[in-house]
Amino acid sequence: MAHGHSAEAAAHAPAGGHGEGVQHPIRIYLWIWALLFVFSTFSYLVDYFRLQGMLRWSLIIIFMLLKAGFIVAIFMHMAWERLALKLAILVPPLALMVLLGLMAIEGDYTFVTRLQSFVQQIQTPGEHREVPKFTPGH
Amino acid sequence: MNHESTSALPAGLEYSEGGLKGVTADWSADKQAFPVPWGKAMMWIFLLSDTFIFSCFLVSYMNVRISTTDVWPNPSEVFALTVFGKTVPLFLIAIMTMILITSSGTMAMAVNFGYRRDRGKTAALMFATAALGLSFVGMQAFEWSKLILDEGVRPWGNPMGAPQFGSAFFMITGFHGLHVSCGVIYLCVVAKRVLSGFYERKGTYETVEVAGLYWHFVDLVWVFIFAFFYLW
Repeated sequence: MAHGHSAEAAAHAPAGGHGEGVQHPIRIYLWIWALLFVFSTFSYLVDYFRLQGMLRWSLIIIFMLLKAGFIVAIFMHMAWERLALKLAILVPPLALMVLLGLMAIEGDYTFVTRLQSFVQQIQTPGEHREVPKFTPGH
Repeated sequence: MNHESTSALPAGLEYSEGGLKGVTADWSADKQAFPVPWGKAMMWIFLLSDTFIFSCFLVSYMNVRISTTDVWPNPSEVFALTVFGKTVPLFLIAIMTMILITSSGTMAMAVNFGYRRDRGKTAALMFATAALGLSFVGMQAFEWSKLILDEGVRPWGNPMGAPQFGSAFFMITGFHGLHVSCGVIYLCVVAKRVLSGFYERKGTYETVEVAGLYWHFVDLVWVFIFAFFYLW
């Protein structure tokens, strides 16, 4: 591609989509950088102050999604891509929500099954065997 | 569609309407669906597949953590570090997070200077990004050796609780560390070509942006690992 091409593409700045990259001021990257620092600090403080339960989990998820959103939208320039590319990349991962849900249900089921099995082992002393304790180096 | 009025645009960008109409036009017209350089489209598709790999690791980690009857070792304590006689939880992990975010910032600026055709600044920022990535891998090596040698964590067990902790930890952070290491090499190769004027002769710096996509993705994955493995 010729030099003139990029200048032309940038000058036209067609609605969404930039073949050779629209030039954004450096300022916007510094801003996002600062924001990511702030969000990271906040999520670290969640652990530092030992918040627990729903408050902890929701704060962790909110800061995580904010960081992920800014990285994808601004740093990876997704905000300036055409909708066709946005959909092609951002929609398929939604299928992972199904996997997540199924594996959460499966995990719960395994947990309950294991508990039942271990309780039965304790209630029938003859068959109960001691599980060897893990020691590093073995 | 309106070929006449938009014919001044470069090939592939004739359909300039946005929104869902734009999606229909991009997909149904007899042309390339994504009007971006092919390297960029391919990198996005690779990153999409990588998203699925990392998601599989994180989902299986969630599954073993839910299903274990042992107590899960508290990452806040396991990864605590004693600094100046004071125990700070997740100290090294916090620094690693900040380093990776900083490297993402320098990479974003490198892409920007690439499109401005400022070879010196682009290469310098890319080498800075690679150096930050290298320090990240170094800290990870320190963290691994501390965990293996001092804490006795193995992929099949550890003295602190659920044996699945080790396998999930080594698998997830190991795969991420591998991505960072590959990224450092990738960035160095591209930065060297920036300096030598390879892209100047080629007439486009889109390869810098494509390398940037990969690097930001590595940072993105760390955001999720940090939230789900270290903070949860």
